[in-house]
Amino acid sequence: MSVFSPPEPADIILEVRDLRKEFIARRGRARVRAVDGVSFALRRGEILGLVGESGSGKTTIGKLIMRLVEPSSGSIEVAGFEPGPRGGGADIAYRRRVQMIFQDPYASMNPHFRIKDVLEEPLLIHHIGKTREERLAMVARVMEKVKMTPVADFLDRHPHMLSGGQRQRIATARALILRPSVIVADEPVSMIDLSTRAEILHLLKTIQEEMELSFIYITHDISTARYFADRIAVMYLGRIVEIGGRDEVIDHPFHPYTRALIAAVCEPEAGRAGTLRELQVRGEIPSASDIPSGCRFRTRCMYAAEECSALPEPGLEDIGGGHSHACRRWKEIGATRA
Amino acid sequence: MGDMTRAGTEPVLSVRGLKLHYFTSKGAVRAVDGISFDLYPGETLGLVGESGCGKTSAGSALLGMASPPGRIVEGSILVDGTEVVGMSERSLRRDLRWSKVSMVFQGAMNCLTPVYTIRELMAETYREHAPEKKRDAVAKGGEGIDNLLAESLRLVGLPAATLGRYPHELSGGMKQRVAIAMALFLEPKVVVMDEPTTALDVIVQAQILNLVKGLKRDLGLSCVFITHDLATEAEIADRILVMYAGRMAELGSSEDIFGNDPRRGSQRPRRGSSHPYTKMLLASTPRLHRRVSELAFIPGSPPDLIDPPEGCRFAPRCPFAKAKCHRDEPPISELGPGHLAACWKAMEDPEYERL
Repeated sequence: MSVFSPPEPADIILEVRDLRKEFIARRGRARVRAVDGVSFALRRGEILGLVGESGSGKTTIGKLIMRLVEPSSGSIEVAGFEPGPRGGGADIAYRRRVQMIFQDPYASMNPHFRIKDVLEEPLLIHHIGKTREERLAMVARVMEKVKMTPVADFLDRHPHMLSGGQRQRIATARALILRPSVIVADEPVSMIDLSTRAEILHLLKTIQEEMELSFIYITHDISTARYFADRIAVMYLGRIVEIGGRDEVIDHPFHPYTRALIAAVCEPEAGRAGTLRELQVRGEIPSASDIPSGCRFRTRCMYAAEECSALPEPGLEDIGGGHSHACRRWKEIGATRA
Repeated sequence: MGDMTRAGTEPVLSVRGLKLHYFTSKGAVRAVDGISFDLYPGETLGLVGESGCGKTSAGSALLGMASPPGRIVEGSILVDGTEVVGMSERSLRRDLRWSKVSMVFQGAMNCLTPVYTIRELMAETYREHAPEKKRDAVAKGGEGIDNLLAESLRLVGLPAATLGRYPHELSGGMKQRVAIAMALFLEPKVVVMDEPTTALDVIVQAQILNLVKGLKRDLGLSCVFITHDLATEAEIADRILVMYAGRMAELGSSEDIFGNDPRRGSQRPRRGSSHPYTKMLLASTPRLHRRVSELAFIPGSPPDLIDPPEGCRFAPRCPFAKAKCHRDEPPISELGPGHLAACWKAMEDPEYERL
């Protein structure tokens, strides 16, 4: 399948090169390397899942792409075009192309706004539509797209009058109304009930296919990534440690951290309550202000050897088919490849 | 815990016809509207359902709690033979909460007051609820109490040094462990855990589940485990009670709910859940090791519990609903030993197609 072959330059809608973000904490006494050298390319019409625990830097990457925080170094290009200084013409044009769906549908909308105000605001900011009627027609169209119908029933409601699932539909509509090229969805379903979660993911996927949108899907839940994403990038402490097609990464993981993430997922099957589970990982994620030398996963890795701390940090190694990982000892550990 | 092993064993907790309603200005919200179950010693019972199904209300009722404007209006809760319903607030505090039934609250890790050290937080709980002997040790302070507290931290895999730390210095997983240690300190008969892993990362979730399993094995913990996630229940619960709109939809062993693979040499092959609600909850649970192109979902949302629908409360969302389901409430019927469901379809046609 074409998704697994290396991308042609023309296919690439978003490219991130050696992106870094350092926060200074504790009055200058700690440097938190939240994103620590991340490069990837997103193809047109592709969904890339960024998967990792809290503290892995996945949300910071989303914010960097959205220009909500400035990178310390590295570059981000959307459709071959860099945003330039904040507030400039290029920046505004960039922001129109990249939109975000936030995690918390209860906190991402102004409670004083009616739904039509929530959806009209981006149009006003970007001077789209000459008259109110024209803008409201666009609002109605996008609401139909996210299945908030009959539209007239919802236009004058306030966000608190909607359920979590409905709010996340409105958040999606707000992201779509500018017809962006890339949507960053940061845990868009993690606060929604399991029974509606699938409904929202299904809606996002339908819209993505219809509009040929490209998605960055940020999540801690690798099982929804399997369903929703085309490719999966596994992040650990600010870096990508494995990336590849979703089935490749989940069925044949190479990096011990990816394996640990997979081993930790609960499956709805009987007969598991009696036994402790082997977790293939020690302890909890260290602070990003104190990243271990050498391989950053070695302090929790069950397979760490001397070389893992003595040698410099391993980079991503391509093992074919667009599947790469950053583990020096992958041969010794023994791949589970069929 | 199979069905066979508990012949002659008395349940440690026995709930009958429990109703907890919230009296709002718009009317009574029937959050828990008649549920019955038993919990046997050493067993974990999973309480599962969507938000708004009454799981948390039912869980806190076991401690004689109902947050205002809620009130337990009917039913009986026997803990180790003692009736909880109707107990005075004073005796609830003195004789039940924490000493007999304790709870790990939803988001418990964010309930630790930030200005106190873990030592102070834990000591406070014990001053409030501990029986005389332990309370004396706590009141005297000094090394005696530190040893007691350190011992209960050790039980949940935390070093004694944690006592001197403040909540913000601990990770989410460590705070959750502190909350569990606090719930276990007085060796209660029953521990209610309300979504103890929901806000945690997958790996930490798995570590906490392992911890609870270990406690179950080593201490013979009896536990009511509340979550909206059936996959988590599969990992921890011996039996599962599925709640819908304040009522019981289905109750059965893990095998009754999830089915089993007869090839693995189980005693009795089981095909899995019988209630359409359970089936649909299961179908909407994402599975990592199965390639799926479509996840199912349950259309609509749980009903308004001020004015719940007549007949079966799930009927408006149920693909199998017939006229009868909208009219008459289904009785609870036994489909197999210990396997109960409230569904006309499951009762009349147990072989109906799997979803």
